[in-house]
Amino acid sequence: MSNVPQELRYTKNHEWVSLNDDGTVTIGITDHAQHLLGDLVFVELPEIGITFGQEEDCAVVESVKAASDVYCPLDGEVIGHNEALSDTPELINQDPYGDGWIFKLKPKDDGAFAELLDADAYNEIASEE
Amino acid sequence: MTKRTPLYDMHVAEGAKMVDFGGWDMPLNYGSQIEEHKYVRNDAGMFDVSHMTIVDLKGEKVRAFLQYLLANDVARLKDSGKALYSCMLNEQGGVIDDLIVYYLEDDWFRMVVNAATREKDLAWINRQAEAFAIDIQERNDLTMIAVQGPQAREKAHQALGEGAEAVKDLGIFFMKMVGDIAVARTGYTGEDGYEIMLPVEQAEGLWSALLKAGVKPCGLGARDTLRLEAGMNLYGSDMNEQVSPLESALSWTVAWEPEDRDFIGRVALQGQREQGIKQKLVGLVLTDRGVLRDHQKVIADGLEAGEITSGSFSPSLGNTIAFARVKSTVGDKCKVEIRGKLLDAKVVKPPFVRNGKACVSV
Repeated sequence: MSNVPQELRYTKNHEWVSLNDDGTVTIGITDHAQHLLGDLVFVELPEIGITFGQEEDCAVVESVKAASDVYCPLDGEVIGHNEALSDTPELINQDPYGDGWIFKLKPKDDGAFAELLDADAYNEIASEE
Repeated sequence: MTKRTPLYDMHVAEGAKMVDFGGWDMPLNYGSQIEEHKYVRNDAGMFDVSHMTIVDLKGEKVRAFLQYLLANDVARLKDSGKALYSCMLNEQGGVIDDLIVYYLEDDWFRMVVNAATREKDLAWINRQAEAFAIDIQERNDLTMIAVQGPQAREKAHQALGEGAEAVKDLGIFFMKMVGDIAVARTGYTGEDGYEIMLPVEQAEGLWSALLKAGVKPCGLGARDTLRLEAGMNLYGSDMNEQVSPLESALSWTVAWEPEDRDFIGRVALQGQREQGIKQKLVGLVLTDRGVLRDHQKVIADGLEAGEITSGSFSPSLGNTIAFARVKSTVGDKCKVEIRGKLLDAKVVKPPFVRNGKACVSV
């Protein structure tokens, strides 16, 4: 069974979102997603300063055999991305909720985070696949 | 309903991720495809290739039949057990399938053809064989295990026990029958090793013995990146019935001599050769950052010049590589369109990796 931390929020597209103290959010892909993709070999990070809408594709993670889009979980502006993934994309496989984070976003709407899926709801979606 | 090989339970026991591959439930990987790939390059891995189709052809005129059926010439097989790689063409010179044919006895040859092409291959072979009175038997009673890597033969010898003595001196691209087991020094990885065909009921026993000898199970994922690095084509991706071997980097498998050998597709290939071959299959190495994938467009001199037929990350090189079918005029550089961006690539001649060593600079 894959790891779904209780303190995080999720999307049906297998992104996780964590709320930082300053109101920004950190985003990555779930343990379930990295397991489905297999060994990751390349990550195309979203550029800092770009604004994305909710569910807009904003990054790409590529495993040995396939490329998958990462969708922006909330409306907002990219304020940081994980440079370490350029040389070591396997961090996503090794530590999807920690060193394998992908980017940081300043959400347009403060309340949007609370509307994302909680761990139980995501678990239900992930276990159906 | 997908078909299962005799080793299905062994794969599940080893924690394999199973996928539908041409109607067969096959292991994609047993955890990490990259680790499996590297294990084959550095030590010894094994693949369940029981989904492939083994066909025995028997009859007095079997050699003459195969000289007509195949673009390569089985007259080159002079010693019993010797194997030959060939394409089987249609009248237009298109590739129906690629295969390995083994010469066992003067009236007995064995062919191993692809799984996904099984039905059309058997129908074609049977149709062509009518005039030659050939007995054609599909060997569903056999399982096939490929053991590949620099340590593969030594570890396979441990697993084969007494039978190993008979195959220790087996030459490259030769097969030998040891009792009811056929051991062939062939493969699809660019490494030394064996492909072993054996009765279904012995499959689990040999698989277990290989595990015990330290051979790591590897899935279809690693098999694909290994063959790509080794410069070996995959039927259905790199060639099909619409392209000829001359457009698929397989000219070396077409035996033009003797000139009077009439094989299916010969006339069409000769026509192509006289008019000039318009496209070629080449290797690509991406010099920008990204991953080459099947069907990405190749651009040369500002114009569309073809597309990638097989593209992947290369675990041995740590870079991304591909085969692409492009116009014959493409030189040593091109661009590849990836998500709307044009990225730089080098055109190279495969293989990319052979016997554990890089053959191209990245």
